[in-house]
Amino acid sequence: MKYVDDFRDGHLARALSDRIADEVDPARTYRLMEFCGGHTHAIFRHGLADLLPANVEMVHGPGCPVCVLPMGRVDMAIDLAMRPEVVLCSYGDMLRVPGAHRRSLLRAKADGADVRMVYSAADALAVARAEPDREVVFFAIGFETTTPPTAVALAEAIDDGVSNFRVFCNHVLTPPAIRGILDTPEGTAIDGVLGPSHVSVVIGSEPYGFVAAEHGVPVVIAGFEPLDVLQSILMLIRQLEAGRAAVETQYTRAVTPGGNAKARALVERLFERRAAFEWRGLGAIPQSALGLRAEFAAFDAERRYDLAERPVRENRACRCPDVLRGAAKPPDCALFGGVCTPENPVGACMVSAEGACAAYWAYRRHLAA
Amino acid sequence: MSRGDTFGSDARVELAHGAGGRAMHGLIAALFRRHLTDHELARGEDAAVLAAPGERLACATDGYVVAPRFFPGGDLGALAVHGTVNDLACRGARPVWLTAGFILEEGLALAELDALVASMAAAARAAGVAVVAGDTKVVERGKGDGVFITTTGVGAVPAGVDLGVHRIRAGDAVLVSGTLGDHGVAVMSKRSGLAFTTAIRSDSAALHDLAAAMRAAVPELRALRDPTRGGVAATLNEIADAGGLAVRLDEAALPIAEAVRGACELLGLDPLDVANEGKLLAFCPPARADALLEAMRAHPLGRDAAVVGEVAAGPAGLVELATAFGGRRVVDWLAGEPLPRIC
Repeated sequence: MKYVDDFRDGHLARALSDRIADEVDPARTYRLMEFCGGHTHAIFRHGLADLLPANVEMVHGPGCPVCVLPMGRVDMAIDLAMRPEVVLCSYGDMLRVPGAHRRSLLRAKADGADVRMVYSAADALAVARAEPDREVVFFAIGFETTTPPTAVALAEAIDDGVSNFRVFCNHVLTPPAIRGILDTPEGTAIDGVLGPSHVSVVIGSEPYGFVAAEHGVPVVIAGFEPLDVLQSILMLIRQLEAGRAAVETQYTRAVTPGGNAKARALVERLFERRAAFEWRGLGAIPQSALGLRAEFAAFDAERRYDLAERPVRENRACRCPDVLRGAAKPPDCALFGGVCTPENPVGACMVSAEGACAAYWAYRRHLAA
Repeated sequence: MSRGDTFGSDARVELAHGAGGRAMHGLIAALFRRHLTDHELARGEDAAVLAAPGERLACATDGYVVAPRFFPGGDLGALAVHGTVNDLACRGARPVWLTAGFILEEGLALAELDALVASMAAAARAAGVAVVAGDTKVVERGKGDGVFITTTGVGAVPAGVDLGVHRIRAGDAVLVSGTLGDHGVAVMSKRSGLAFTTAIRSDSAALHDLAAAMRAAVPELRALRDPTRGGVAATLNEIADAGGLAVRLDEAALPIAEAVRGACELLGLDPLDVANEGKLLAFCPPARADALLEAMRAHPLGRDAAVVGEVAAGPAGLVELATAFGGRRVVDWLAGEPLPRIC
C-alpha cells in the first residue's frame, strides 16, 4: 500500500528499536504517555511494546473520544433517541458505549428508537434533508479532529435553513485535557508526552507549548504509523537524556506550528468554550469542551430539548477512570476480561478499538494471564 | 413460457404470490421453474424422491440475507449456492443436491427475483448440484428485507475421507487459498451511507473442485474451513477453541489485495475480520505443506494460495500474529458488528 507500507517496514523498525535500546539510560525508567487512542491502537496492533526496552513504559492516555464521555452524556443521547420524533445519528463506536444501568444506544435501537449509524456529520445532514418531517440529531463527539466536519455540516444547515437538523455537541479539547492529567498526582510521574497526530494537524504544535514550559515535560507530536511512533519515542528519549523539554514535531509531513487556520476559524465562528466539562476519569476540566454559540440555539439539541446532564454513579469496580489517567493498566481492573469484555462492556475503555482496555484485550491479553 | 408473457416489466411480488392460489402457481411456473429445471423439482410433488449415492452423506444448511443483493462479483442467488456447497466441500463432500427456501417481501420487483433465481440456477449448474426441492413464502411489506434465501445441501463423502477440526495437530501448517477480505469489502463498498469506489470484486465461488484437488494431491489433509462471516480471525478462534490448540499466523505471509488493505485501513477494519465467500483455510502436516500449496496454486481458485502460519500445542484457544513490524499480538474474535472507527 503506497504511503503506508513505508511506515511499517520491519527492518527499519528493528534498527530504530536498537537505537532506542542504545540510548536509554538503564539506571532509570521512562514513563511516556501517548495521549491519543489512535497511538494506543497502533502500539497494540503492531506489537510495538515488544520492540521497546523494559524500562520504557507506554502509559495510555485519554485520547479516545468515546472513552472520556461521561455516562450522563450517553444517557442524554439515549433520552433523545427515545423521543418518537427524533432520528439520532451517531458514529458507530458510540452505539455500544454503556450509559447508566449498562443501557446503550444499540439497546435503545433494539427497543424501537430510531438510531442510525453514520460515517460523518455530512451523512446526518443528508438524513435531515431527506426526511424533513423528522427531527434529525447528530450526536457529535470527538476531539479537534472531528469538530471541523461537524462545523461544516452545521454551517451548511444554517445557510440552507435545514430547520430539522440539530447537533448534540460533545466536542472536547486536547490541550486542557493534557493539563488536567499533568495536574493529577499520577500525571506528575509522566516523563514525556507523545502528541496526537490528527488533532495537531488542525490545532498545530503551538498549543502544547505550556506542557514543556510550565510542566517541564517534553512533547513530540507523532504520526500514527508504527515507525512514526518508534521514532517519536526515540526523540522523546533524546530530549530527556539531554535534559531538555521542548515541543517537537515528528509528524512534519502533516503538522505545522499554526495548524489549519481555515478549520479553526469555522469552528470559532460556530462554537464557544464551555466554562467546564465533565470528563470521565478526569472530572470537570475548565474550558475543555465546546458548545454551540447562543445565536445558533435553534440548531442546538441541548437547548432545543432542554437537556441537562444527570450525574450517574459509575460501577465502582470499573477502573476506566484510573486507566484514562494512566494510573492503572487494564489488567489491574478486577472486571477486565471477566465481567467486562468488548461484547459486554462495563466501561467505555472496553468499547472503542482506541480504548486501552479493548486494545489490551484484543491484542495483548496473553500477557495479562 | 417467458417471463414477459406473464408479468409486466414493473411487476412486483404481491401477498397473493405466497397465498397458495393461482398467483403462486403462476410465479412458480413462470419464474422459478423456468430457471430451476431439475426433473424432481418439476414434478411438483410435496417431496423429492432421490436415489442415495451409496456413500456417506454430508448435510449443511445456511440462510442468506446479504444487503445489497447485487454486489461487485456476485449476488444473493449465486451466494446461496456457493455458501452451502462450500460448507459441504469443507467436509470433503461432493455436492449433489440442494433445496432452496425463499422468503419474499411484498413489493419486491419480479425482474429482480428473476435475476436472482437465474443466477442461482447458473451457479448450481456450474457446481454440478441439482436443486431438487423449493419453497416460496411472501411476507408483508416491512416484514422482510426484499429476499431471504435458505439453502440446504446434501453431498456425498468418498470412503476414507475424514476432514475436521478433530484431526488438527500441533505442528500442522495453516494455508489459505487466496486473498482475504474481498467479499466483505466488495459488499461494504455498495452499502448505503458508505459508498466508495473499488475495483474489488467478491470472491463468491464454489470450492468443492479446489477441495477435491487438494485432497487428491495431499490425502493427509486434516481439515478445511471456509472463513465467511467474521473472517479468518473468527474461524481460527473457533478452531483454536474447539481443538484446545493455538494458531500462530505470520502477518507478512497473509495474501491481501492492495485495494482491500486500503479500504480496511480507511475504515478502521482488520482484513482478518472481513468475510470471504470463496476461500479455504487448510490444515495439513508440515511435511506436506509444499505439496498442498502447489496443488492449490495449480487450481484457478487457488492461484494466490499461501502458507500463513502453524498450529501450536498451546496456550489453548489463542490465535497469535507475528506482525510484519516485528512485534506480536493476539488475533481476537470481532466484537459485535465491524464498526468503522471515528477519527
